[in-house]
Amino acid sequence: MLIERKWKKWFLFYLPMAAFIAFTLFPFYWMAITAFRPDAELYATWRQPNAAPLWTLHPTLEHFVGLMQTTAFPTWLWNTMLIAVVSTLISLVCGMFAGYALARLRFRGSEFLGTAIFVTYLVPQTLLFIPLADIVRDLQLGNTPWALMLTYPTFLIPFCTWLLMGYFKTIPKELEECARIDGATRFGAMVRIIFPVAVPGILSAGIFAFTLSWNEFIYALVFMASADQKTVPVGVVSELIRGDIFFWGQLMMGALLGSVPVALVYSFFVEYYVTGLTGSVKG
Amino acid sequence: MGGGRAAQDLHLSTERARVSRLTRALESEKLLATALLAPATAILLLFIAYPFVMALWFSLTSIRVGDAGEFVGLANFSKAIHDTIFRMAFENTVFYTFWATIFKLVLGMWLALLLNRHFRFKRIIRASMLLPFIIPTVLSAFAWRWMFDPTFSVMNWMLYHAGLITDRMPFLSSGDWAMWCAVAVNTWRGMPFFAITLLAGLQTISPDLHEAAALDGAGAWHRFWHVTWPLLLPVTLVVVVFSVIQTFSDFQLIYVLTGGGPANSTHLIATYAYQIGVGSGLLGEGAALSLFMFPVLFAVVWVQLRFLKRMDNA
Repeated sequence: MLIERKWKKWFLFYLPMAAFIAFTLFPFYWMAITAFRPDAELYATWRQPNAAPLWTLHPTLEHFVGLMQTTAFPTWLWNTMLIAVVSTLISLVCGMFAGYALARLRFRGSEFLGTAIFVTYLVPQTLLFIPLADIVRDLQLGNTPWALMLTYPTFLIPFCTWLLMGYFKTIPKELEECARIDGATRFGAMVRIIFPVAVPGILSAGIFAFTLSWNEFIYALVFMASADQKTVPVGVVSELIRGDIFFWGQLMMGALLGSVPVALVYSFFVEYYVTGLTGSVKG
Repeated sequence: MGGGRAAQDLHLSTERARVSRLTRALESEKLLATALLAPATAILLLFIAYPFVMALWFSLTSIRVGDAGEFVGLANFSKAIHDTIFRMAFENTVFYTFWATIFKLVLGMWLALLLNRHFRFKRIIRASMLLPFIIPTVLSAFAWRWMFDPTFSVMNWMLYHAGLITDRMPFLSSGDWAMWCAVAVNTWRGMPFFAITLLAGLQTISPDLHEAAALDGAGAWHRFWHVTWPLLLPVTLVVVVFSVIQTFSDFQLIYVLTGGGPANSTHLIATYAYQIGVGSGLLGEGAALSLFMFPVLFAVVWVQLRFLKRMDNA
């Protein structure tokens, strides 16, 4: 073990670590205390002598009440959740099937398909949103949740496929071969033997896909028009800025409430999320 | 009664024959592979390949909302090249990608090295370090915008009370400052991705190598430069490629933070394409503007693929 002197450890470890923690978490702290701050404290200029912006003196729920009364926030939250769950499930099923085929089956063009799926992973949404809006309208999907449930898988499937393909390759082939000798079909062996063993990988892909759909913005912004169809990010952007006026209290309350569900899901599955994150780039 | 039973039996046996034909067909690797790949391929063809071809077509026409337009050749592209706002947006995109990637790499590497040590509350600290990456960018960008607010900025308050400034900083009200603010927020958001992925790489490096180097008298910096860095290089390259693609095509952060302002000085390619394509309804021009991202992204992906092949062969 390498031994360090005490002052050196403070200087090389505690100080930088504290700075990183402050830098990373301050915006969330700021979001949270602003959400409960009455307007009188919120709009005190930065040079006012009694301004104490780092703490809220008289916490209030007025922004929560305002958000609930003047906007369709609960509906946005529900839409976001529903769209994230459905698009994650679609992507997982497609990714499990495709990942298994690429990892285990021998057929012509398998290498080409693998590469093609990987390349689509790297096509950003901002390159395609204009023609895609047209396609969504032609399919009569505009302004319905299906517009997002079917387009989100475009950036989730490639990543799920790659992650799961990698995972399936680590499962010993003998496991399937035994099942096949006992009379299981290929499909049956995949569903009943391989998929259950791959649950940790599936969970990683699922959690990662869920957070990505929760975060998506440009498709939701372009495809959803009416207030009751919006997702949280789009609703917050388009309904809480009226004209040039930012309703900062409600904005921060909306941002806070929109962040909590995804943060909760993440906190329960941190290890799986990290596996998904690090696996997503290894391919 | 009896006839019904016979019909039912017949129905059942044809049903069984159909099922067994299906299972037999799925025993063929080729057919099973086709069936398993069909759903993923269908979605990717319909919502990626097809819109991509359409984008190419749109960019060659004068299509706008409610008007199919006509073929105009490369007019949209030449208009873009002569558009001063677009030139600036392109430069901004390169600037933003370059600096944000550098900062994310340096800070992410530093954070990864810190997190690779043993300390108390390690799990919870590591988990909370990923929060900027988890929380929807639009929502956290609003928190930053509020922190940069011209009148009520908490940053100005802190700097003023720390005695560092006497007048407020024009965080988002000057174009140059606003670009650097966007780089800072992007760094804040993307750094955890670098840190956690590099940390996973660090954990695969055997501590024996470090001890051996230390015994040979190598200092901390030398150990990092000659042991850690070369071993981390493959992971680093992959992370950088992913980050460059994400940053180069970024939209949401600028959309919320500055909306491209002040005076169109902080547009990225994507936000300007949105303004022209969706805001003004000029679909053809908007599609052409987004396609300017393609050559850069293509080059990056090509490098990535070649690199992956080389790693496979090695």
